[in-house]
Amino acid sequence: MNFDLNKKTLREVNQHLQNVDRKKNTRQFEILNPQGQHAICAGLKDDIDVTIKGHTGYYCAGMNQKATVTVHGNVGTGVAENMMSGKIIVKGNASQSAGATGHGGALIIEGDASSRCGISMKGIDIIVKGSVGHMSAFMAQKGNLVIMGDADADLGDSIYEAKIFVKGKVKSLGADCVEKKMDKKNIDELTKLFKNLGIKEDAKKFKRYGSSRNLYNFKIDNVGAY
Amino acid sequence: MCGIVGIYLKTKKYEKHLGKFLSGMLDGMATRGPDSAGFAIYTKENKNIFKYSICLNELKEKDFKKKISKFIKKFKLINYADHVILETKEKPSKILNLLKKEISEVSLVGYGKSINIFKQTGNPKDVVKKFKLSSFSGTHGIGHTRMATESAITTQGSHPYSTSEDECLVHNGSLSNHNNVRRSLIKDGQNFNSENDTEVAAGYISNQISKGKDLEKTLKNSLKDLDGFYTFIAGTKDGFALLRDEIACKPAVVAETKDYVAVASEFQAMAHLPNVNSAKIFEPKPGVVYHW
Amino acid sequence: MKKDLKEFKTFPSSTIKEIQRAANEGIYQIRGLGAKRKVPDFDDLVFLGASMSRYPLEGYRETCNTSVILGDRFAKKPIKLDIPITIAGMSFGALGANAKEALGRGASAMGTSTTTGDGGMTQEERGSSKYLVYQLLPSRYGMNPDDLRKADAIEVVVGQGAKPGGGGMLLGQKINKRVAGMRTLPEGIDQRSACRHPDWTGPDDLEIKIQELREITNWEKPIYIKVGAARPYYDTTLAVKAGADVVVLDGMQGGTAATQDVFIEHVGIPTLGALREAVDALKELNMHRKVQLIVSGGIRTGADVAKAMAMGADAVSIGSAAMMALNCNADLYVEDYKKLGTEPGYCHHCHTGRCPVGVATQDPKLEKRLNPIEAGKRIKNYLTTLTLELQTLARANGKSDVRNLEPEDLAALTVEAAAMARVPLAGTDWIPGKK
Repeated sequence: MNFDLNKKTLREVNQHLQNVDRKKNTRQFEILNPQGQHAICAGLKDDIDVTIKGHTGYYCAGMNQKATVTVHGNVGTGVAENMMSGKIIVKGNASQSAGATGHGGALIIEGDASSRCGISMKGIDIIVKGSVGHMSAFMAQKGNLVIMGDADADLGDSIYEAKIFVKGKVKSLGADCVEKKMDKKNIDELTKLFKNLGIKEDAKKFKRYGSSRNLYNFKIDNVGAY
Repeated sequence: MCGIVGIYLKTKKYEKHLGKFLSGMLDGMATRGPDSAGFAIYTKENKNIFKYSICLNELKEKDFKKKISKFIKKFKLINYADHVILETKEKPSKILNLLKKEISEVSLVGYGKSINIFKQTGNPKDVVKKFKLSSFSGTHGIGHTRMATESAITTQGSHPYSTSEDECLVHNGSLSNHNNVRRSLIKDGQNFNSENDTEVAAGYISNQISKGKDLEKTLKNSLKDLDGFYTFIAGTKDGFALLRDEIACKPAVVAETKDYVAVASEFQAMAHLPNVNSAKIFEPKPGVVYHW
Repeated sequence: MKKDLKEFKTFPSSTIKEIQRAANEGIYQIRGLGAKRKVPDFDDLVFLGASMSRYPLEGYRETCNTSVILGDRFAKKPIKLDIPITIAGMSFGALGANAKEALGRGASAMGTSTTTGDGGMTQEERGSSKYLVYQLLPSRYGMNPDDLRKADAIEVVVGQGAKPGGGGMLLGQKINKRVAGMRTLPEGIDQRSACRHPDWTGPDDLEIKIQELREITNWEKPIYIKVGAARPYYDTTLAVKAGADVVVLDGMQGGTAATQDVFIEHVGIPTLGALREAVDALKELNMHRKVQLIVSGGIRTGADVAKAMAMGADAVSIGSAAMMALNCNADLYVEDYKKLGTEPGYCHHCHTGRCPVGVATQDPKLEKRLNPIEAGKRIKNYLTTLTLELQTLARANGKSDVRNLEPEDLAALTVEAAAMARVPLAGTDWIPGKK
């Protein structure tokens, strides 16, 4: 089923997609002419398949549950923000705060992501085939951020228990983020993640980064890092 | 907070449409900046002729014409609502002084050999119509829609701010040390007409340029001297420069095709530009001065 | 105080002790609740009452309406509260489950709302609250669209009065298994929180975020924007421009679960001054009563509620006071207060998790000291008292509806209060600063 945002309002399209008639069995949807509008496909909650043809604005597929959304273009700030489950694929580039505070599901960015990719992530898996901007994985709590390209400054600043895997170069690491051992267990886990998402990549080529856990309890000597 | 836009034409193909393009971009930024709007559009330079963009305020055009005739002989006035463009060979040193001393009821918005600059309070869609932006052709332009943060909604509080001949500034964000910077600039002879933080950034740039520094170096220095969150677009005779602060929380998107480079706070402001969907679209890196 | 010894006014003994503590520990003091120092507040204002020119309403016989509608600017389902007093945002984590349940019970009995906090929404709270406001904070702990849709309103937290510019803080001793699970944090660590939202900064981008929240919830829920009292005139103006249905303004006397003492005492302006600025902003935008204003930060009695409303607020919110109605700082379990190094009436030790009365704790032994049903009744009683006091004062000033209280019903007892509230100094027609 097609929607043209030149002819229909955003509210009409989102409302339809948020309330799919399960009896009708229509699962595939296409949205044309997004023209940079915001909150396209925000709040979806069924396992439907949506394709967006063009560039979107902010918060595309925000708080997604179960749906698969593919954007044939770039996305603005906060794509898949607070996503709970499902799969979001961005064929172009993502702006800042991609996958922000996401709890679950997978966000795959085929181009680059800008700053703060995976900020405060809480369980989401984010795969970026290109590079990420500064402050990525800032305060990242849980989940995996996998970067095939490079990472800009302050990667993983103030990170909790999320895992970061980088194939390319890291400009600098943020507070309390260190390189960690990429042992067999980690390689197997990353391999499994790639397999589940249908991504052909060699886990052995990645380095792992995570928390050194020095900021977990207030210590006078670390006050400078806060 | 606000919306900022800029468009630079790489080829002559769209020169006649520049005003229309810029107008569409400002319309797209109207919700994030509903209080006032302004734009600077750069048209072909006529040798030796200066353009002074003046807001008449309460003064009528014919009264302005009478007053100015007392001091200069050859000039042309082009009227756009309550703004006029005064075209004359008379140099800025004379005209700026003249306006300040003899016709102080009007406000000088900007001046140069190619710049035409307008700004006013009101919804951007109305401001753009009022000054007939769509009718302009030119080589490049920048614009701004304003949501006032800590200063009043007045025309003096609107952007773009003129920084020197043919140069002006628009800003999205909020500076945090502008009061101190303003005080030191005042000591150095700079004048201010509002409490606006952007006016301080513009004054800072003017001050540096008057001391002989180039725009790019000045913008680089501003990273140290100005504190806060900002995306700046500085218009020049040849194009414009773009800078985001190093924390880079305020948005900016660039779209480049073989015919133009466009910048905006949100992509949707550029969605109407020709071939934008196949353009190279990227986000400027923080702390880097881009120049077109 | 010893009679023949002269105290240092600049270095009283409490200051000397703090300097010595700093010299011993090398770190700032972290504590709970709000500012302890005296600032100009509602006690510095009085009502004029009735006399020859103004006539009172009979108590108990002549009605005095107290209901208020919140969120009718954009939301499809605004909230109608029976009383203009709500329970402010306090997290599950900062407070125990029994405390949250008690607040829900008491508020619902009075037809008013409670608010979630930095930990997200618990089932108990949603179950026991007739109206529940769901906060969207920088941390986004526990945020999810199902809870967003279960809420009756959404409160975007830009800041709070105790620490405008600071993020949430919860120390390891309160991060037990349940709290940790809700916040996706390891148990027992000291929570560090962001002070800015992860996916927007500034009212221009907040406007777009609010649009997303409305899209996710079918434009049904009122959206509140909460700010700490920093620059209330501009903050209120920008909240309106960003698309808020309701503005929540938290003055510097507002409480917190834990933050640096220096932040609590030295940042933010008193509720009295902040409120007037916020109302000015709404009036200038022609949005007074169209975008409702809820004020919090040191609301204690029905007199405070009445004065806040006279100055133009649509409702007030109570946080610290609600905790005190639950028994915070009550004269019980005095030995346990002593073990913390304090006494009832002076305790600010929420951050330790060893709340002697079982309110601000996750320790099951301590939580047993707070029975949610009985405590819920205390909340109901307290809210009832506030409402009766509010009505008494309103009637005394000739009002049949508390919303008809106005600034001209007030006089100030000090020059500061007169200037901050823009109300004449009692017995004069002088308002300092007014031209």
